[in-house]
Amino acid sequence: MTSAENTAPVPGGFWLDTGKTGIRSWIFSTDHKRIGMMYFGCVFGFFLVGALLGVLLRLELIAPGPTIVTAKTYNALFTVHGVVMIFLFIIPGIPASFGNLVMPIQIGARDVAFPRLNLFSWWLYAIGALVVLAALFTGGGAPDTGWTFYVPFSARTGTNVSLAVLGVFILGFSSILTGINFVTTIHRLRAEGMTWTRLPLFVWSLYATAWVQILATPIIAITLLLVVAERVLGVGLFDPGRGGDPLMYQHLFWIYSHPAVYIMILPAMGVISEIIPVFSRKPIFGYKMIAVSSIGIAAAGSVVWGHHMFTSGMSDTAVLVFSFLTFLVAIPSAIKVFNWVSTLYKGSISLEAPMLFALSFILLFSIGGLSGLILGAAATDIHVHDTHFVVGHFHYVMFGGTGFAFIGAAHYWLPKFFGRRYDETPALIGWIVMFIGFNIIYFTMQLLGMRGMPRRYYDYLPEFAQLNLVATIGSWILVLGMLIVIVNLWRGLLKGKPFTGNPWGGATLEWSIPTPPPTENFEEDPVVTHGPYDFKGAGVP
Amino acid sequence: MSHVHKDSVGAKLGMWLFLFTELILFGGLFILYSVYLARYPQQFSSGGRQLDVVFGTTNTVVLLTSSLFAAMSVTAMKRGERRATLALLCGTLVCAATFLVIKYLEWSAKFHHGIYPNSPKLVAGAPGESVFFGLYYLTTGLHGIHVFVGGALITWVALLVQKGAINVDDNVSLENVTLYWHLVDLVWIFIFPLYYLIL
Repeated sequence: MTSAENTAPVPGGFWLDTGKTGIRSWIFSTDHKRIGMMYFGCVFGFFLVGALLGVLLRLELIAPGPTIVTAKTYNALFTVHGVVMIFLFIIPGIPASFGNLVMPIQIGARDVAFPRLNLFSWWLYAIGALVVLAALFTGGGAPDTGWTFYVPFSARTGTNVSLAVLGVFILGFSSILTGINFVTTIHRLRAEGMTWTRLPLFVWSLYATAWVQILATPIIAITLLLVVAERVLGVGLFDPGRGGDPLMYQHLFWIYSHPAVYIMILPAMGVISEIIPVFSRKPIFGYKMIAVSSIGIAAAGSVVWGHHMFTSGMSDTAVLVFSFLTFLVAIPSAIKVFNWVSTLYKGSISLEAPMLFALSFILLFSIGGLSGLILGAAATDIHVHDTHFVVGHFHYVMFGGTGFAFIGAAHYWLPKFFGRRYDETPALIGWIVMFIGFNIIYFTMQLLGMRGMPRRYYDYLPEFAQLNLVATIGSWILVLGMLIVIVNLWRGLLKGKPFTGNPWGGATLEWSIPTPPPTENFEEDPVVTHGPYDFKGAGVP
Repeated sequence: MSHVHKDSVGAKLGMWLFLFTELILFGGLFILYSVYLARYPQQFSSGGRQLDVVFGTTNTVVLLTSSLFAAMSVTAMKRGERRATLALLCGTLVCAATFLVIKYLEWSAKFHHGIYPNSPKLVAGAPGESVFFGLYYLTTGLHGIHVFVGGALITWVALLVQKGAINVDDNVSLENVTLYWHLVDLVWIFIFPLYYLIL
């Protein structure tokens, strides 16, 4: 490969073929690929912002007592870290970026069902993000309530909660519209021959996710409006002094926010279900069970919100029912894990970067999922509730799960859209560093929690000092690994070796069209004659 | 070029999904209503008796009539009767405006009696009463916003009908907007008995 070839612009595709010019060709484009790219840029940017805030949090906790920031700033830091990571990165993360980029192509469509609505969703996302950011620097300053905005504190604190929740409300609207768009697209725009049992599993996972987005998000919308009503109008619906009940806030909040964790994890599971068979050179094991388990997770996950409230004082009956239901969610999750592992069995495994992230997903998600059962069991939850064990648990599923899948998806699909690829060796090194750092920080957090260190505390007892130091060092290693991975990916996509054809050997439709994909995706409407993991049928060696 | 053609089935599917989200949005308030009703049955009952059934009933009739006009406008459009469609849409708009005016009068009367969120009278009164009127104002307020948005949407489709962009062959936007209008009506059909009649 000569250097001239390396630096020549990748011709064509959707990058060039547009009537408008400059930034207008992006922010007013209704092309699902351009919208997906814009989402990717935004969510990735916020991922980095959130990570930086996380590093600062860990740095503050490196030793007991005040270290780098004041207690008030610390409260703002963990709130903004949560809000940015949850609402700006991980909820829109995979569905809005890779869902937009890949899903229409995977079902053989030329775009989503409502392209203009899709652009509107992105605008709502951008506006919501700006409103949230504005809330940090105006009024009483950045919110200090935690991302959960629990009353009564959120109704009383002098910080700028109203504007922040209004921003989240707008982001929720964006999420709902994306969900409606995806469900309609998957129902109406599948190509001829793309039956429901030939849908790629990524599409199945997006379908389940979209339903959760549609059915759960309105509840957070009304809940957040109620918080604003408490603050602005003083309605008192959650104020015990006026007959209101703060627990009702927690119920409403978690009716959305627990299903929301499945908005976060389901698309990631879809990504893994794409990567594992391709890099094992084997059809996926248990296609139908994986597809149905996505729906199962979405359905069961909608009725378990009470497990966030075991110590809140709700009735024992409710605690037992929610605990039991929580255990049910483990079944479809385990079905997926076992099927992925079975797919690997006797496969011809090729350990390239997407596969490394997929394999580490299985391990990290399993650790996170199993620690979730400790929290789902009411008896053990009482001991570790609101400790660092919880923080470790959800970082294992959210970061070790969705975060790793997001980065894996970027290595798997972005070369398809840029026409250039990253270098394999730095990706491998970066992944190892990330994996080690990740386990040091979050496993240590789980240990700290088991020993009783509460979450969200600015200061801690001297006996926790050693493990906190270890966790903080882990955060540095993790960030170092992330930097290696990101810089390598970024350089590769802009200046790396050309990436054409079907180097990974995928059998889904996106690998059958030119690289980068043309604006209309397909020259002729495709007729699908084989399943998504039928490598022989697709003619892939 | 499948996506260039208008997919009216898809458009209606999308609209129905959106209507579900609206139902769930109000659902949050209805959950609060049911829980607090179970907790404060007496205060809810006395609060409900303070609401004016005449205002409520009039508004129910007005909204039902508006929905009838809206439904008739779709039928008229499908028959290609543009003038009738426009007249019926204007009828819907008049009803929507009437509803909001009556709501305004009703709220003003309540305000006049010192009943509004965080009012000294409610703060000093029984806890359940403050909850009842808080929910009343939020639910009817959110519904009022929906009436307003629905009116704006009806104005928009009326202009499209006027321009001929909505016509006998392509009228899914009109149908979707009237679906939205029926939702606004439907939500009121639940609010009316829950707040005005059964307590």
